[in-house]
Amino acid sequence: MAKITFDGIEVEVPDGTTILNAARQIGGGVVPPAMCYYTPLKGTGGKCRACLVRVAAGSAKDPRPMPKLVASCITTVQDGMVVENTTSQQVMDVRKGIVEMLLINHPLDCPVCDQAGECDLQDFAFEHGVSTTRYEEERRTFEKIDIGPLIQLHMTRCILCYRCVYTADQLTPERVHGVLGRGDASEIGTYIENVIDNEFSGNVIDVCPVGALTDKTFRFKQRVWFTKPVNAHRDCENEKCCGRVTLWYKGKDVLRVTARKDQYGEVKEWICNTCRFDKKETSDWVLEGPAHISRASVISANHYELPVVNPQVILDLPESTTRELERNPPLRLGGING
Amino acid sequence: MTLAERAYLPAIFQGLTITMRHFFRAATKKQVTVRYPDETRPFSPVFRGLHVLKRDELGRERCTACGLCAVACPAEAITMVAGERKKGEENLYREEKYAVSYEVNMLRCIFCGLCEEACPKAAVYLQADKMAPPRFERDEFIYGKDRLVEPVSPDKRSKRGIQLTPEQAEKLRQKQLT
Repeated sequence: MAKITFDGIEVEVPDGTTILNAARQIGGGVVPPAMCYYTPLKGTGGKCRACLVRVAAGSAKDPRPMPKLVASCITTVQDGMVVENTTSQQVMDVRKGIVEMLLINHPLDCPVCDQAGECDLQDFAFEHGVSTTRYEEERRTFEKIDIGPLIQLHMTRCILCYRCVYTADQLTPERVHGVLGRGDASEIGTYIENVIDNEFSGNVIDVCPVGALTDKTFRFKQRVWFTKPVNAHRDCENEKCCGRVTLWYKGKDVLRVTARKDQYGEVKEWICNTCRFDKKETSDWVLEGPAHISRASVISANHYELPVVNPQVILDLPESTTRELERNPPLRLGGING
Repeated sequence: MTLAERAYLPAIFQGLTITMRHFFRAATKKQVTVRYPDETRPFSPVFRGLHVLKRDELGRERCTACGLCAVACPAEAITMVAGERKKGEENLYREEKYAVSYEVNMLRCIFCGLCEEACPKAAVYLQADKMAPPRFERDEFIYGKDRLVEPVSPDKRSKRGIQLTPEQAEKLRQKQLT
């Protein structure tokens, strides 16, 4: 076990944990943002530099600070390490630069992009960036590549996080999807521009932090903030598919099916293409209730979730109200039975 | 109070004097009313009236159906359906995505101008010189693209919601020709 101090908060984590994961154990506002790191995918991280932190003391044995800011998603903790994230002005300034760097070649076509509203880059830039650009040169453009009827690839929006490449590598037996070229000419391609027809290929849509890979069956149907996310599940014939998804409703229509994301935007359980693209009827699914959306998100407008009743308040509620809350299944009392 | 004060008479005469002074002044000097509809009063420079969906200099529709006006609208008066631009429609729509339908319910609209503020493409403006006219049927208040999109002709175009002057229209016509 290693004990580290992160932003003045002490936390004890097993050896070999990365700084980012140690910070996520603390949770809340001190967690560094991550654009390329993805917990379920091996080998991700260290590419986007969004999670840079300052290590003020390397370890208990060697308390010298690290000379440069380090990427917290790939740097492992050492006992006695002191890390500064939000408390360091240097880190905050550098993060501003990282946003600028990532946006250099980004087309900023959010009004057109289907990812707007649930885009990691949008959130990152909103939180850490500045609202102006100093970039005057021509932005990177690409020939349009068609990668099949289900997934839309917009290379101009790509920030080269490699998440989709690792997904294709680790989820599917034969890889047909990779990075071509070097430096600022590199791009996500499918080598022979053939259709990615693996039954798990749709997961690259969920892992993409920007709008480079989007759902073609949902293309321009509706802005995400006008749709209502509802958790649902079904018994999928594919044994590798978990069948637990989020349905995005507009009125009574299921416009889109995605895997469930946790608070860091990571998918823990993959779903197959049948669940994602073919099952768009409410009758295909067993509904569980509204999916959790952070109050800060634009999607949370008019979004109502299970009422979370403070357990300490329950004692003060009239008995009839408590009984009513327990009897009605979608309403559950936090603390008492869930 | 004195007897005179209690009788209210001085106060009544004082008030009536003011009334009569204004009465004769209005009759002899300046007219306070306007002979509408032959004459109209000038609009306030910050007046917000009927919506317009702008075109760019080349006459392409600016709106890309991003939905920011609809989410900003406190009265939920705006609805839209987005569509993908097909090949050959590049001279009609500016971006890859465009609004197939765009409707503003003028009965719900409170003319607050938040849609104008939210628009990232400078596409929607509230005209400073046009009001939503009264109508007999409710469904006539739902303005579709046929009534919202501004005409291509420079004489009927507006800038920031104010009708172009003949000189401005001429300038725009020159630009369109080149």
